[in-house]
Amino acid sequence: MTASTTSKVIISAQDVSAGYGGKAVWQHATFTINAGELVGVLGPNGVGKSTLLRLILGLNKPLAGTLEVFGAAPRRGNPRIGFVPQRRPIDAEMNIEALELVRLGVNGIKWGMSIMGSLRAERAEAMAALRQVDGEMLAYRPLGELSGGELQRVFLAQALVGNPELLLLDEPLANLDIRRERELIQLIYDVARTRNVAILLIAHDLNPLLPVADKIIYTVNGKMTMGSVDQIVTAKTLSALYGAPIEVLHDSQGRIAVLGIEEVMHHD
Amino acid sequence: MTNMLATGGFSINVFTDLAGMWQYAFMQHAFEAGTIVAIVSGVVGYFVVLRRLSFAAHALSHTGFAGAAAAILLGLNPLIGLLAFTGGSGLTIAVLGRRTAARDVQVGTVLAFMLGLGVLFISLYKGYATEAYSLLFGEILGISSGDVYVTLLAGVVTLAAVALLYRRLLFTSLDEDVAEAKGVSILGTGITFMLLLALATSIAVQVVGVLLIFALLVTPAAVAERLTRRPAEGMAVSVLVALMVTWSGLFIAYYLPYPVSFFITSMVFMLYILVRGVQAWRARQSNRTVAPTQS
Repeated sequence: MTASTTSKVIISAQDVSAGYGGKAVWQHATFTINAGELVGVLGPNGVGKSTLLRLILGLNKPLAGTLEVFGAAPRRGNPRIGFVPQRRPIDAEMNIEALELVRLGVNGIKWGMSIMGSLRAERAEAMAALRQVDGEMLAYRPLGELSGGELQRVFLAQALVGNPELLLLDEPLANLDIRRERELIQLIYDVARTRNVAILLIAHDLNPLLPVADKIIYTVNGKMTMGSVDQIVTAKTLSALYGAPIEVLHDSQGRIAVLGIEEVMHHD
Repeated sequence: MTNMLATGGFSINVFTDLAGMWQYAFMQHAFEAGTIVAIVSGVVGYFVVLRRLSFAAHALSHTGFAGAAAAILLGLNPLIGLLAFTGGSGLTIAVLGRRTAARDVQVGTVLAFMLGLGVLFISLYKGYATEAYSLLFGEILGISSGDVYVTLLAGVVTLAAVALLYRRLLFTSLDEDVAEAKGVSILGTGITFMLLLALATSIAVQVVGVLLIFALLVTPAAVAERLTRRPAEGMAVSVLVALMVTWSGLFIAYYLPYPVSFFITSMVFMLYILVRGVQAWRARQSNRTVAPTQS
C-alpha cells in the first residue's frame, strides 16, 4: 500500500434513503468512508443498520440518492468486500471443521469439485486466513463446539480471504463477554490498521468502539448521520439516538464511558 | 414379495452365494438398481442432512406416492408419475420456502395436499392393492432391466449435477447469507437441489418405498455427519453406508422370507444408534477426565 491509497474513498453516500416496499427506514444519509477507516454503525434495533450493509453489498437498492462503492454502483459478489453477517447460533450438532467454512471463502462460488492440487492450495489459503486472526488452533475443531468469540474469529478469517479492501461486520460483538469483546475489537482494529482495510462495524453498544472507531454512523429520527466520536459522544446526541437518558463520563486519564445504553437495549 | 428361491441355501463363501443369486435376472436387477440408488442417495442425502431438509425429503416421497398412483391409474409407468409429481412439488417447496428458517410450514402444506391426491388416485384405481403396497414399501425384487436403465440415467444426471454444483451447494448449505452476498443465487441453488432431491427420491422409492425413504436418503448421511468433519469425506462415508446396508439387505432377504426394505431400514437404524451410543459414551469418558468436578 502506498501513502496515496490511505486517503482513497471507499464508500460515498449522497443523500441516500433506504427502506422496503417504498417505505423509508432512514433518509438523507451523506457520508464518505476512506481506506483504512474503522467506522462504527450504532443504534438500537430496527433503525436499519443491517439495511445499510445490504445496500453496500448490492443486495438492496437505495430508495433515493447516490451510493458508490469503490467509485461505482454497488454490485453483488464484489470480491473486494468481505462480509460477516449477523449469525443465528450454530447448531451444536454441526460437526464440520472450521477450516472448511473458511475454505468456502476461497472456493465457495466456483463450479465443479476441487481436484487434488487445488484442494491443497485452498486449504493452505484458508489456513493462512485463520492465522491472521490467531485462529490456527481452531482449524480442525467442529463448528458446533466453538464459542461465540471463536466463531467470530472464524467468520472474520473467512471474510479476510482474498484480501478485501472493505469489511462489513454485522454485530460481531453480540453475545460476547467483556474480555472476548475486547480481544475481538483489538483484532478488528489491527486488521484495519495493518492491512489498510476500511471496516464498517455494526454494534449495539458504543463503549467497546470508543477507543478504536474513527467515525460513527448513527440514526436519529430517521436521519442517518456520520460524525466523529467526539461529536456524537455527548449526552445530548446519545439521548436523542437511543430515545432514553444517557450519560457520558470522562475520567482523569481522558477515558470515556457511556452509561445507559445497556439498560435501553435490555428493555427493548 | 421375497421368496425362498435359493437353490443351494446359505454357504460360508460369499462369492458362491452371490454367484448363485445372480443366476436370477431379478436378483441381478435388484443389485444393479440398489447400487445406483445407494450411491445417489448417499450423495444427495448428505446435503439433505446438511441443509436440514429431511422433512422436505419425506414430503417429496409422499408426493411421489400420489404421482405413481396417478400413473398407475392412467396405465403409465409409475416412475413417470413419480418424477413428474416429485419434481413439481420440489419446485413448489423451493419457491415458497426460499429461506431455510421458513421452509417447514410450506413443506407441510404441500405434503398434506399431495397425500390427499394419492388417496384419491388409489381409490379410483380398480386393480389390486399390491400396486399401492409396493409403492409404500418398495419392491426391489420386481425391477425390470428397463427400470435399471432409467435408474442409471437418472442416477448419472443427478451425480453430474451435484458434481457441478458441489461447492455452491455446500456454501449455501453452511453459510447462506455470505453465499448470497458473494453472488450465489439462493433461490436458483435451492430450486436445483430440490429437483435433484426429487430425482433421487423417485428412484429410491423403487428400492425402499415411500414410507421407508429415510433409510437411504437420511440415515446413512446422518451416520456420516457424525463420523466426519469434512464434507467430501462425509459424502464418501454416506455412500459407503448406503451401499453396505443395501447389499446386505438384498443378501439376507434372498435367504429369509421377509421384505428387503425391512432389513435395510433395520440395519441402517442400528448403525445410527450404535454410532450415537459410542459417541455419547466417549463424550462422557472425556468429560470425566477433563473436568472431574463438573456434574
